[in-house]
Amino acid sequence: MSEWRYWLNEQRGTLMGLAIFLLMFAVYIANHPAGLTANVAQTAANKGVLFAFVAMAQTLVVITAGIDLSVGMIFILTNCLASWIVVGEPLPTALGVLAVLAVGMICGAINGLLVIYGRLQPIVATIATGAVYFGLALLLRPFPGGSVNEDLADALTGRLFGVIPSSLVALAAAVLLVWLPFRRSRLGRAAYAAGSSEQAAFMSGVPIRRGKFAAYTLAGLLAAMGGLFLTFFTYTGEAAYASGSGYTLWSIAAVVLGGVSLYGGRGSAVGAIFGAFAARTTGDMLFVFDVDPLWQPLLQGVVLMIAVSIGSIALLRVRNRLDWFQ
Amino acid sequence: MSDTSEDRISIRTRLPAFLRRADPAVLTAFGCILLLLFLSSLYSSNFLSLGYLLQQLKVASFLGVVAAGVMVVILLGHIDLSIPWVMTTGAMMACAAASFGGIGPVIAIPFGILCGAAFGLLNGFGVAYLRIPSMIVTLASNVVAQGLMVVYTGGFSPQDSAPPAVRWLATGFVIPGLPNAILVWIAISAMMVFLFTRTSFGRAVYGIGNSERAAYLSGIDTRRVVMIAFAISGALSAFGGVLLAGYSSKAAQAMGDAYLLPAIAAVVLGGTSILGGRGSYLGTVAGVILITLLQSILSVMQMPEAGRQIVYGVVIILMLLLYGRTPPNR
Repeated sequence: MSEWRYWLNEQRGTLMGLAIFLLMFAVYIANHPAGLTANVAQTAANKGVLFAFVAMAQTLVVITAGIDLSVGMIFILTNCLASWIVVGEPLPTALGVLAVLAVGMICGAINGLLVIYGRLQPIVATIATGAVYFGLALLLRPFPGGSVNEDLADALTGRLFGVIPSSLVALAAAVLLVWLPFRRSRLGRAAYAAGSSEQAAFMSGVPIRRGKFAAYTLAGLLAAMGGLFLTFFTYTGEAAYASGSGYTLWSIAAVVLGGVSLYGGRGSAVGAIFGAFAARTTGDMLFVFDVDPLWQPLLQGVVLMIAVSIGSIALLRVRNRLDWFQ
Repeated sequence: MSDTSEDRISIRTRLPAFLRRADPAVLTAFGCILLLLFLSSLYSSNFLSLGYLLQQLKVASFLGVVAAGVMVVILLGHIDLSIPWVMTTGAMMACAAASFGGIGPVIAIPFGILCGAAFGLLNGFGVAYLRIPSMIVTLASNVVAQGLMVVYTGGFSPQDSAPPAVRWLATGFVIPGLPNAILVWIAISAMMVFLFTRTSFGRAVYGIGNSERAAYLSGIDTRRVVMIAFAISGALSAFGGVLLAGYSSKAAQAMGDAYLLPAIAAVVLGGTSILGGRGSYLGTVAGVILITLLQSILSVMQMPEAGRQIVYGVVIILMLLLYGRTPPNR
């Protein structure tokens, strides 16, 4: 196989995610009364990046063939924390941002420690740590409230040069500074190898434990970035259980839409970002088509159901029935 | 090394027969229950009264019914994340059917359970025939169930108060002093034990959990077994929802949200491997009682919600570290 076809095959999931998103966004824009203005793009981007950060976080863990069901709760916890400490003069604000990101990394690292060195199953371990993180969020914000440095918030949720939504720039920065270095590093390759076949990776001397640990830790960091952005949008912290579990569930959906294999070892965070934007557009689309808000969850569920069923077309290619049981 | 392992074997052979056969994880779970009761009795002697313990069993029976269904799915090596809204669907549909003229009260409970089974079949079809990862398809059907219930409660005037039959099932007494909910749990448990130990379906579930490929090659219709298992899980989740509606005398949105983590945790703390193929039903019963006691003690101590979540999560992690670890297989 020539080089570019190999590349295309590797990126197939990501391109699928991009295609789904572009299709949905085009339909959305075509039916939007205002069309594609800078304002519409900014609103869409701002709502989308929250999902995108959480979906990126989920991707890192899913690549190692794990799952992080606490990612929404880390998001909520960092949101509540940021509403306390990302305030005041530039210096305290900067320190606050760093502290919030550090807390997210610590949460992710705890998940990693439990799963890798404690040998717990990711599903159960992260459900339990999710309860702990949500409890901590409730301690910080028993009632919604708090504030955030509004200059910083407006700068990061506004527009750059009047056109480009700055939240998208921040997302791109996260991809460039967190995802790409990880993907290209030895640890990133180890995370992929562990997800693909842990046994084989171990036998070939790949540092799978450190690779998986890095994936969980960076997942916490990305979830914390999402939490920070939630604070920037709402100016408050709120420990809402439904919101946290909702983000967790949609992060998994976004990962699937973005072509990341839940069995590990395949897919990229960029695909998950498109998946997240596509998932987000589903909700927006119902508004432009003037659907009764009451029907919105049902339609979203049906869309999700159809989207995940699309993958089963691959079954038609199966020649040997034993291939089902991969 | 060999000395210690021989010691361990000789200790095992010296134990009475019923202890020798028991799964260490199940014993640890029951040990944790006793420890929890002991510690709580230091706080207040009321924790050891018969009334309190029966009350705990009654509350545990809702979780117990749900966890029984979850266990079938987990034994297959799959997971059912649609529990919260399938429970709510079961409860709401049972309440809705009850207001259906003369026949309503009779069909209320079966109808609620059937609605849950329908969602289970949908999950099972997706997992078994379309080969979608169970986590994804159950997640999607959870959202669909939520959507249906939102439309139902918002679009029509919903009947949400539990009918007398449902209330009686959850809170009434056939045997004086022993709430019906406990009897229901015992009946379901007997059926599950029969299913797991005496039927070819039960063997097939364990077989598929160990290796679906091998089970298929040995002539089991693995797809049908997986689909039925998800249907059982859906039906029992809905039944748990019906009982819960009878207990709180109404069906409400998001009433099932608080049951997903406890149900999965109860099964896993009871020694069932989340990878499938290994676990005993007795362990799940122990896990359910353990979790209910833990929740109850935390609430009696009037710990605020935040502290409860933290203690709850930490205790589950500690117990998992104690005996829920996967073997080091390299």
